[in-house]
Amino acid sequence: MDIYLLEAVINGLLLGGVLALLALGLNLIFGVIDVVWIAYADLVMCGMYVVYWLHAGYGWPLPLAFFIAILTVAGLGVLVHLLIIAPILGSAPINQLLATGGLLYFLQSFATLLFGTEFRNIGVRLPIIELGDLFISFSRLIAFCVALVGAVALYLFLKRTYVGTAIRAIAQDRDVMGLMGVDQRTIYIATSAIGGALAGLGACLLALQYDVHPFIGNTFGPLVFMICVLGGLGNMIGGFIASFIISQIISIGGYYASTEWAYVLAFMLFIVLMFICPRGILAR
Amino acid sequence: MSMRAAPIGLALLALLLVLLPFITPAYFLHLLIQALLWGFIYTAWALMGRFGLVSLGHGAFMGIGAYVPALLWNYQGLTPWIGIPLGVALAVLLALAIGYPCFKLKVVGHYFALVTLALGQVVLLSIVAGRDVTGGSLGMTQKTVGHSWYALQFPQKGYFYAIALVVWVGGLVVWQSIEGGMRRDALEAISEDEEAAAALGIDVLREKLRVTVISAALTALGGGIFGQYLMYLNPETVSGIAVSLQIVFAAIAGGMYSLLGPSCGAVFTLALTEGLRVWFGTSFIGAANTIYGILLILFVIFMPRGIAGLIERAAGWRARLNAAALDRA
Repeated sequence: MDIYLLEAVINGLLLGGVLALLALGLNLIFGVIDVVWIAYADLVMCGMYVVYWLHAGYGWPLPLAFFIAILTVAGLGVLVHLLIIAPILGSAPINQLLATGGLLYFLQSFATLLFGTEFRNIGVRLPIIELGDLFISFSRLIAFCVALVGAVALYLFLKRTYVGTAIRAIAQDRDVMGLMGVDQRTIYIATSAIGGALAGLGACLLALQYDVHPFIGNTFGPLVFMICVLGGLGNMIGGFIASFIISQIISIGGYYASTEWAYVLAFMLFIVLMFICPRGILAR
Repeated sequence: MSMRAAPIGLALLALLLVLLPFITPAYFLHLLIQALLWGFIYTAWALMGRFGLVSLGHGAFMGIGAYVPALLWNYQGLTPWIGIPLGVALAVLLALAIGYPCFKLKVVGHYFALVTLALGQVVLLSIVAGRDVTGGSLGMTQKTVGHSWYALQFPQKGYFYAIALVVWVGGLVVWQSIEGGMRRDALEAISEDEEAAAALGIDVLREKLRVTVISAALTALGGGIFGQYLMYLNPETVSGIAVSLQIVFAAIAGGMYSLLGPSCGAVFTLALTEGLRVWFGTSFIGAANTIYGILLILFVIFMPRGIAGLIERAAGWRARLNAAALDRA
């Protein structure tokens, strides 16, 4: 096997980790509240700015900046739910999608207002691992591992805790859970906070690899939606697998042609797969 | 407005629209042309949106409509009079290729929105990736030949104002013909309950496809004329997710259920961005869109029928008050 192709495959695998984490967060909100947060990737952008601001601007230690970023984005998630989603929970789902689209505008332009359109780097340079002729970015490897840990932690939380069980139950049947005495509002807020925290964690991992700018959400936001839908809305495992399929397509496609063509291929595959298995790749 | 006053009012409005280019400075004419062209495109989107077909990928149709004639002109010397219809035809083919399987397989709501979002990305990224031909993210300019009907290039804005006005009125006529016909009832039935509509004997697939194709064709036409007017194409400004969302939100802010709603949205958004730009100066890039974003959220939450809906409701109250006054008399 070609060494560069192998490198592309490994890079794709590592990219898939972060995408999977974001897809999990979005999927959770999708599955439980039945809302598409079009601005999800822009919450990630906010988290990246928090990391940049605290670490590069104020010289806070990186772990502390990461922690604050995760908390901030989790808080933002709760705010998004309380201020935007909750008032229109009863109206058509497409309205909720559009309202968070307004949020996308707001966040992107507010970030432009605060930070300008320059690309900002947090100024952390991690080494590159050399394995024979292979070069692997250490920051990507960390991102991949942390994303996996995050995914497992989420899985355990959903399986083992009371709140987690309630969240899964609500995703299955909204009406009955109300009758069983589970407070829907609390669960929605908890879900939004967890979804936000996952976006915050994703932001920390992405801040290690990419420069932050107000429109960074546009570059991977659509990808995360595609992954969620491919995996089947609300289907965590499906989303997890789909993120690795998509990231491999982008990485290997980028190796054979250009990155843009690889993205074109990924989106076209998404459209075709939507027609073949509209309920997701794992649907029975 | 009483029944007799309506035609007179319309005639006055028409006269004003025709006279405007002669009395306004160039800057306002530029704004007017943009308002008309965007109003036309928003109206085209609302043809679908008002029946529950929320497309987040209209940037795809606009991009094709703009790039096809520009590329044919630059590389083949083909006149936009043929290039624009070819762009429209390509957009229609794309709309059919996406719409047919979507409607056949009942891809609706969220799923339809996301499929169209992906479509928008496919077109945007194809334009960027084909940078050897399209100029990629740097954009492209059409070869200029000065004043020419053949090349559809006019240094004087007045010509484009006339073209934009004709196209915009054409868009309203299309809207009205759908709104006034039997199709409207069929489409409304479909948007409320597809199964029930099908049970009533409505050909759901056909009706949805028809309105999608019309919407895509008009959007591509708008994109083509916009390209000729601006004489500079950039994938981010004529295609892609930003443009797609701009189309969706302006149409919603204006009101997608009324004839003039989307055009209201065009005037409103232009007035807002230009007003804030003048107010804040260029030091606050992003200020306009920040306020715009907040307004959009408020619109979706509190007045989903948009500005036009608000005006209509106010007019409705007045009409009811008048009727009540007549009853008492």
